[in-house]
Amino acid sequence: MRLEAVSKSYRHRGHTVAALDNASLEIVPGDFVAVVGPSGSGKSTLLLVLGGMLSPSAGKVFLNGHSLYELSPNQRAELRRQKVGFVFQTFNLVPYLTALENVQIPLFLAGLDGPAQKERAATLLERVGLGDRLDHKPAELSIGQQQRVALARVMANEPEIILADEPTGNLDPETGGQILDLLEEMNREGRTVVMVTHDPRAAARAKRTLRLHDGRISSASN
Amino acid sequence: MHLRKLVWREMFERKNQLATSFLAILLGIAVVVAVKNITFYSEKAVARQLDALGANVLVLPKSVSLQDYYSADMQNDEFPEEYVQRLALSDLQGLDNLSPKLSVPVRLKERGFTLTGILPKSEFQAKAMWAGAGIFSRPAEGCGTVADVPGAFRPEAKETLVRQRVIEDLSDTEVLIGADVGTILGTKEGDALDVLGRTFTVTAVLPQTGTVDDSRIFAHLHAVQELAGKGPVINAIEIIGCCKEISGGLVQKINKLLPDAKVVTITQVVDTQVKTNGMMSRLSLLFLGIIVLVGGASIANYMYANVFERRREIGTLMALGAGSVVILKMFLLKALLLGLAGGICGYVLGTVLAVALGPRLAGIPVLPMPALVLWAIGISVAIALAASYFPARRAARLDPCATLQEV
Ligand SMILES: Nc1ncnc2c1ncn2[C@@H]1O[C@H](COP(=O)(O)OP(=O)(O)OP(=O)(O)O)[C@@H](O)[C@H]1O
Ligand SMILES: [Mg+2]
Repeated sequence: MRLEAVSKSYRHRGHTVAALDNASLEIVPGDFVAVVGPSGSGKSTLLLVLGGMLSPSAGKVFLNGHSLYELSPNQRAELRRQKVGFVFQTFNLVPYLTALENVQIPLFLAGLDGPAQKERAATLLERVGLGDRLDHKPAELSIGQQQRVALARVMANEPEIILADEPTGNLDPETGGQILDLLEEMNREGRTVVMVTHDPRAAARAKRTLRLHDGRISSASN
Repeated sequence: MHLRKLVWREMFERKNQLATSFLAILLGIAVVVAVKNITFYSEKAVARQLDALGANVLVLPKSVSLQDYYSADMQNDEFPEEYVQRLALSDLQGLDNLSPKLSVPVRLKERGFTLTGILPKSEFQAKAMWAGAGIFSRPAEGCGTVADVPGAFRPEAKETLVRQRVIEDLSDTEVLIGADVGTILGTKEGDALDVLGRTFTVTAVLPQTGTVDDSRIFAHLHAVQELAGKGPVINAIEIIGCCKEISGGLVQKINKLLPDAKVVTITQVVDTQVKTNGMMSRLSLLFLGIIVLVGGASIANYMYANVFERRREIGTLMALGAGSVVILKMFLLKALLLGLAGGICGYVLGTVLAVALGPRLAGIPVLPMPALVLWAIGISVAIALAASYFPARRAARLDPCATLQEV
């Protein structure tokens, strides 16, 4: 994964806000990167740009050798489905679907048949410790359980890259710890993890930390 | 998990918001189905009425109204039989069939019946100058088609036999009796029957027609005239005229030829019914327009709101790798289900309304019409899909990150 002189500016009420300013960086496969920085420094923007969800105003983003934003939106969606998993601070579970069905979504998008979807989704939910909550809707789950469902959903398509935006931001330290354990486990399996966080202890679990300030990568420490 | 299941779940989760659109399309379809259903049976009733009357032009004595003629089927006033000759010998075009008729009341076994004198076809044919004038051929479909091929017996023609008053042969001592007469008197084909002092042989018991013909006894016109002691008179001439000539003023021409008689067309009898049907057809079109507008607007409005409400969910699906086609399908499938449900339920409700209200509103029995279910579904699905297309396209074109950023 590589960013080459990427800038992203938003137009907001007439004047432009630079969320990313000439950012370049390279993330090798299997890396575990924590992205830290003050609020509004462009961390979420960076993650969206990396995941092919937000086209930058300037610069290029490479994923597996593809220049992401030279692909069509549908090709980017397909690449996301195969290689990228997003974890959100607010989990973004589909509210009217059960835990099992939420985990089935990527499998359905991948074209698996019903029984295969169910089997794999159940296995994944067991792995995150929710084997007894398959038929619960998000509203019937605790916050920590919801984030674990989201993690199971991310794992469904075995993504090479996991992009997590403050995955523990809404959780108490103990539940947050469980989520970090799971992310670490996925990283040990060889997946690249990029995690935005405000929590120094969470950042400490990463292999390296990237500091953002006013849209610029100000330092990278190991 | 399939797209169908996803859509289904969402619809049930938020069914309250869906209810308004569903109701709009349901009620619209129901009303149109009901109107169409009633109109169909009303039109059929008119056709049946016209068919039962047989002739479409009547020559009556001046004093008799059309209403009297059909309600009582009996009147005291007469005019000379010679009028028939006058008509037949005239150069009037478009007279397909003439049948003079004289009816007198008779009592048999303490029951009242009608003895009706008719002229058999052979009688006409005997008069050379009438033959070949085309006055015996009744148009089967439209005017000008000669359907009556002498000698070629068609069994289905038996029912309309008497109503057309074209009977091949009938001697002075033969009668045809209506179905009710046969049942009440216990008379069968070949039996003897005494009427006004003369003994007739029953040549045929006619099948049930549901008209006044069922309680008639048909005999030769001249025999009836003789028995009634009235001389060569008749009550009416029933004429089957060509539609083209009727609209071209045939009635006025006959009137000129027979100034002492009254000439009416049957269309006047069913005129109000025909007018009602025309109004119903226009009403059904109007309602169709209204449901297309109201139902369509309601669905489009709901769909836009639904897309807006679900933009986070759409963004999530896109982040998980759903392309625009999946999103588009998700909303169009929902529209399809909404249309199907609206069409089927609308058909059921409309049919119930038609069957329940038809007899009260139009005075006719109404039966369900299964063919309308396809029509209802077709219209309903088309409206739902058309109204949802732009909202669905908007959903498919949403910027995935914009939907995710706003928390
Ligand atoms: N859709 C948008 N329109 C206009 N400006 C935006 C938009 N999204 C982000 N910004 C601006 O871009 C800058 C970077 O935003 P971003 O969400 O990347 O920050 P962040 O580092 O994730 O902050 P936080 O830690 O609070 O989540 C901010 O100044 C923000 O106001
Ligand atoms: Mg952020």
